[in-house]
Amino acid sequence: MHQPSTEFIYKERVMMSRPLRVVVAKPGLDGHDRGAKIIARAFRDAGMEVIYTGIFQTVDMIVRTVLEEDADVLGLSILSGAHLHFGEEICKALREQATREVLVVMGGIVPAPDIIKLKEFGVAEVFGPGTHTTAIVDYVKDWYQAQ
Amino acid sequence: MTNLNNNAAALDVNAPQEASPELQNWRDTTLAASLTRMPTRKENFDTLSGLPIKDLYTADDVDSSAVIGLPGEYPYTRGVHPTMFRARPWTIRQVAGFGTAEDTNGRYKYLLDHGETGLSTDFDLPTLLGYDSDHPIGMPEIGKIGVAVDTVDDVRLLMADIPLDKVSTSYTINASAFVLIGMYEVVAKDQGVTAMQITGTCQNDILKEYTAQNEYIYPPAPAVRLVVDTMEYAAKMMPRYNAISVSGYHIREAGSTAVQELAFTLGAAHCYVTEAVKRGLSADFVAPRVSFFWDIHNDFFEEICKLRAARRLWARMMKEWVGAKDPKSWMMRAHSQTAGVSLTAQQPDNNVARVAIQALAAVLGGTQSLHTNSKDEAFQIPSEGAIKIAVRTQQILELENRVADVVDPLAGSYYVENLTNRLEAEAEDLLRKVLDRGGMVQSIEDGWIQQQIADASSAYQRALEAQTEYMVGVNIHVDEESKLPFDPFVLDPTVGERQINRLQSIRKSRGQAEFSAALKEIKEAAVGQQNVMPAVVRAIRAQATVGEICDVLRGVYGGYRAPTVY
Repeated sequence: MHQPSTEFIYKERVMMSRPLRVVVAKPGLDGHDRGAKIIARAFRDAGMEVIYTGIFQTVDMIVRTVLEEDADVLGLSILSGAHLHFGEEICKALREQATREVLVVMGGIVPAPDIIKLKEFGVAEVFGPGTHTTAIVDYVKDWYQAQ
Repeated sequence: MTNLNNNAAALDVNAPQEASPELQNWRDTTLAASLTRMPTRKENFDTLSGLPIKDLYTADDVDSSAVIGLPGEYPYTRGVHPTMFRARPWTIRQVAGFGTAEDTNGRYKYLLDHGETGLSTDFDLPTLLGYDSDHPIGMPEIGKIGVAVDTVDDVRLLMADIPLDKVSTSYTINASAFVLIGMYEVVAKDQGVTAMQITGTCQNDILKEYTAQNEYIYPPAPAVRLVVDTMEYAAKMMPRYNAISVSGYHIREAGSTAVQELAFTLGAAHCYVTEAVKRGLSADFVAPRVSFFWDIHNDFFEEICKLRAARRLWARMMKEWVGAKDPKSWMMRAHSQTAGVSLTAQQPDNNVARVAIQALAAVLGGTQSLHTNSKDEAFQIPSEGAIKIAVRTQQILELENRVADVVDPLAGSYYVENLTNRLEAEAEDLLRKVLDRGGMVQSIEDGWIQQQIADASSAYQRALEAQTEYMVGVNIHVDEESKLPFDPFVLDPTVGERQINRLQSIRKSRGQAEFSAALKEIKEAAVGQQNVMPAVVRAIRAQATVGEICDVLRGVYGGYRAPTVY
């Protein structure tokens, strides 16, 4: 029997299923949203459905948005230094409440030792300053393809 | 807007210039021959803000109707003081703030010991947004990006041993600025400083919070009311204090162009002054104490021209549009800071070079005070070593490079005058567009300004990724080693606990009757559309907290959810 190529399976999956749904969120009181807006636009331009929460989001508000929007991916943008607190709390709440896996990625100013801790909490990847938006988009697509 | 005299028509800077016969001959012979041998690096050149630029500027490119003038005179293109830096150098003013008031006070003393001449304070997010340190939403952020302030006792500790009649201090705070202005006044007067001696500045520019930095509490209209309350109060109670520093910095950092930075900042300043006039105050009562704050980005000439254009446009707006009579109302005094957004976490030593060149542009543009970023400021609270290099950079400019010895030394350069004219005209066009569509508040509430900035920001990001714009060390000349080479600044982990303990012990010990009466008075003033400041100062003296005072007005004005635009 003819084996369809991996690429074909991927294309078929993407074409038959709904677009990837991504929530971009700004937790806490940090208002610096240039990065969040840039990445929201990049996800949208890549054909994903983007829900940008805006600023001043609590842990509960973000988790509720992810669940209600049935999101596949949660992108957190934090530049205030409170990344460990929010990374831990949000990953914990999602583990408790989500019925399926949600990819959590983070962007912002995060020192290397904190990235190791965030990955232990369940953040899949942390994208630092200077990251190409296509690198982030590709990361998310690759994860989806591997699902 | 019938009172807007249209001078833009006289400055039709985009009209094609007829080349002189001599220039045409040069193009046909010398230039053409050279281009045949060696074509230009690219077809089109432009400024960082996207204004097209030519290969060569000559006298033909300088519109003779644009007034350059002389320093210290209208329209102040060449600077607000006749002597500029020959009499007094610019103020070295590094912003600092982290942890508790004691932590930041220690940093101030370090800075003053190393030759800083003015102070500037960054506050933490709970303080900026009017929450007490023990509010659940604020607790993860205590002392992280600035100093935590709950009560006037914190400001007293922050300013300990600093003579407020000699050292001018700037507070970087906006939504809750009215509380911090009151606290500053109380602490200064308790130090024995008289009303006439109190100097300093509060940023207090709420409109750019909605367009750029996003640290707002109330809806835009009542928030502007509060700003005007502080302007009126300060003009009466401490007339040498700048109650506002209208800021382009954050707009530019959010990704705007230089033209947008100019237009939206001058638009905000115009809004505050005209609102004060609507209240029955004269423009000359408030405008002399309106100060400004600019971002000094990477395009060296564009930034110099931006400061020159800003001064001339503001002078014209105040004199011709608003009808201010006092020359002090026409003068734009400005603080500048090198562009944080231009710093790179990669190869951070390169930031020293960026900052030095941006600082030179600020000086050549005629700034009154300057913050030079520290090389590690892209990713953390600056370390002491990095701050010292930043301060020394300014001292080298002042003492070694002789760039402060001639007033406005680039005036008369064909390119500089041409670009000054174009930036002024472009900014005026954009500002008129905002006024025509209902003004700043309207254009913020419907998200129009935010959309303009987001579009510019996104275009720049695309250009970086397409490598038509460069950041050395980020998208070109990249090191293989991608690990960020720095030791992170570590905040004392006891900051939150120390701050909350102090706050809660004050809540227990203060006199409840006076506290409650003062809060009630704030509410009555706000509901009755009176100036809230006298009641706010009474509450501060009764040891009311930032959060408690802001909560009273939350009850009157409500909160605000901005349109999300990207």
